[in-house]
Amino acid sequence: MAPKLPPQHNLQHSSTAVADGQAHHAHPAQPKGILRWLLTTNHKEIGSLYLIFSLTMFFIGGIFALVVRAELFQPGLQLVNPEFFNQMTTMHGLIMVFAAVMPAFTGLANWMIPLQIGAPDMALPRLNNFSFWLLPVAFTLLLSTLLMPGGGPNFGWTFYAPLSTTYAPPSTTFFILALHIAGISSILGAINIIATILNMRAPGMRLMDMPLFVWTWLITAFLLIAVMPVLAGVITMMLMDINFGTSFFDAAGGGDPVLFQHLFWFFGHPEVYIMILPAFGIVSAIIPTFARKPLFGYASMVYATAAIALLSFLVWAHHMFVVGLPLVAELFFMYTTMLIAVPTGVKVFNWVTTLFRGSISFESPMLFALAFVVLFTIGGFSGLMLAIAPADFQYHDTYFVVAHFHYVLVPGAIFAIMAGVYYWLPKWTGHYPNERLAQWHFWFSIIGVNLTFFPMHFAGLAGMPRRIPDYALQFADFNMLSSIGAFFFGTSQLIFVLVIVLCVRGGKKAPAKAWEGAEDLEWTVPSPAPLHTFETPPVFHRSSH
Amino acid sequence: MSSGSYYVPATSRWPILGSLALGAMMIGLGIKLVYDTGLPLVFIGVVGVVAVMGLWFRDVVIESQGGLYDAQMDRSFRWGMGWFIFSEVMFFAAFFGALFYVRVFAVPWLGGEGAKGVSALLWPDFVAQWPLLSPPDASIVGPQQVFSPWQLPLVNTLILITSSITLTIAHEALKEGHRKTCRNWLTGTVLLGICFIFIQGVEYYEAYAHYGITLEAGIFGATFFILTGFHGVHVIIGTLILAIILMRIHKGHFAHENHFGFEASCWYWHFVDVVWVGLFIFVYVL
Repeated sequence: MAPKLPPQHNLQHSSTAVADGQAHHAHPAQPKGILRWLLTTNHKEIGSLYLIFSLTMFFIGGIFALVVRAELFQPGLQLVNPEFFNQMTTMHGLIMVFAAVMPAFTGLANWMIPLQIGAPDMALPRLNNFSFWLLPVAFTLLLSTLLMPGGGPNFGWTFYAPLSTTYAPPSTTFFILALHIAGISSILGAINIIATILNMRAPGMRLMDMPLFVWTWLITAFLLIAVMPVLAGVITMMLMDINFGTSFFDAAGGGDPVLFQHLFWFFGHPEVYIMILPAFGIVSAIIPTFARKPLFGYASMVYATAAIALLSFLVWAHHMFVVGLPLVAELFFMYTTMLIAVPTGVKVFNWVTTLFRGSISFESPMLFALAFVVLFTIGGFSGLMLAIAPADFQYHDTYFVVAHFHYVLVPGAIFAIMAGVYYWLPKWTGHYPNERLAQWHFWFSIIGVNLTFFPMHFAGLAGMPRRIPDYALQFADFNMLSSIGAFFFGTSQLIFVLVIVLCVRGGKKAPAKAWEGAEDLEWTVPSPAPLHTFETPPVFHRSSH
Repeated sequence: MSSGSYYVPATSRWPILGSLALGAMMIGLGIKLVYDTGLPLVFIGVVGVVAVMGLWFRDVVIESQGGLYDAQMDRSFRWGMGWFIFSEVMFFAAFFGALFYVRVFAVPWLGGEGAKGVSALLWPDFVAQWPLLSPPDASIVGPQQVFSPWQLPLVNTLILITSSITLTIAHEALKEGHRKTCRNWLTGTVLLGICFIFIQGVEYYEAYAHYGITLEAGIFGATFFILTGFHGVHVIIGTLILAIILMRIHKGHFAHENHFGFEASCWYWHFVDVVWVGLFIFVYVL
């Protein structure tokens, strides 16, 4: 997909000299071609880079998933050998989490946070570019492990020791180093986002005046800075165990493989909220716009987000109920996990109440947002089932878990990203996306998603284990349905690409305020947004939330 | 809040070069570890990373000296440095967490507490103790003895705490405009940092040569070296930062009322100092 940018307004490119120390936006001749993208410090260009990167990785990770689903279409070993199957499940998870979902949200943050708070750019623009360009380096390295002797990572995206240390392929060292680079990118990106939100708001905009997308990203960035270093720490210990003979995760030397799981999930559970909190923010922007009502319970949304983030540090061992925890730990983590349903319930209640007696219209962003509310809630409920420690002894490592986290990630995080893309495309390109195609995309996606993941609940409850290339005959029907659904869903994402390409190239012109019910600051700048916006801070007028 | 004079730099080549250099360094390191070759690539990567950092910071210094930064930019740097240090705190928290988990749970459980698992069948003679001198499996040779905290570690603790005090005196002197006093105390701080690194080097030599504390010596060696090792790397980085700050003082940089580069280095140094106090207590004393 050729990146195309909004036409640049000459007015914004006054080439004032830097000498007087006042002309802060000195824009010397913009580099052309590829250099423009390599050297840019502009939040909109970097946002576009993030989004294009994420979409590319979404398809690569998707192809890995389709390999898995093709093999599982029927019982027996058909297409790939089990070793390669394991690499596909692992790489699918790693790519989708670290290279598709997270960069998509960071891309949206780059584009929209400065526009929503009236800032001229991100607080640290060069660091922003560095954060992005680390990603292609990291994931080229990660993908290259598939071609290395012994194959790529094959231990699942959670890379539990000792599978990922003692019994791991030689390429694991490269996997660790790639993850280090991606982690540096995330930490620096999060630092930039926090500094931007705390320091770059338009005069008069208090914290409690910020759009919820900004609020959720502020809290997400805090989570990222808190837990990405822990991931760096745990993979460093893996690196030491593999290459320097340490015994962190080896009981023979006094270490403990369970230590790996504790450290990993101390990162991993906040990580799953990192992938959903910005989605809450997007949905909280879209639903009021298309219900033509202010968001119900703005303050409670903020507090609920903060509560979810804080609780996320206290629930990690619910991923480890069957590993042999003391009873008191099972109980503690069961109850804290259930507590998270409270603030999450507040959010769902607020979205539904915002819809109540609204004058609703069903454009494509709204369709995805509404599907998000319903299907994410299903994923939340299956999460509650998994939170019950004694019940989890049955569900653990079955397809029920796979169904659960795909419901919160695909019609959760990814639908919210798509909703956000359809919602903000008019601001990015100056054109409305083709509504008819977008609606086709929506209906194909929602059918595909449910066909893929709903049967997994049943397969899991019946006892089908995850990460297995072959299965007993009684699971055949459910798996065939899931595989058909997966190919249907995967193929229909091509419509998404088509809509985006068409929208960049042309389409119905969008005014500054592209949606009649949209209220935030980004709708006060022209569509497409010029390369530089809010060079003079706007005056923020408080509307009642 | 925003004065409308926020400096948004034009394009920069350092980010892309920096990520390529970091990539080269990581790939080289991987090739070295897995295939035991590829040192030139590591070298190119490290030189590249150092060069890019130098040139990038040079741009920032030039912009700062050129008066391009306003008070809002100063706050961006403060938030940025503050959250960066928080990320470092969490990095060390992972290693401290591992140490506490091993000492409080893993080793006692291996010794039979709570009647857990099969370790009692695998290693029936294992006795839980800390420092763990004899790991469960005979294939892993534990340390012969561990360091007394009241010798070199205590000296190093005093050195680092003193260095934090000398650095604060230097900072106060800068604020008062006594640049020469500032320079002298800062020089002292850098020298104390070098002393610390030297003594830590001696201790590592002793660990390998006489104490049997090695990376392979079971969980004690592993936690000892990962905690003190990453701390040591941070002292080296901090000393380099302070040395560069000292050079900038010589060149007349840093106004007495506005010198965030200096302050940020102080924050970093104090952070490294605090980590050491935690290390001294939990790795050496307790």
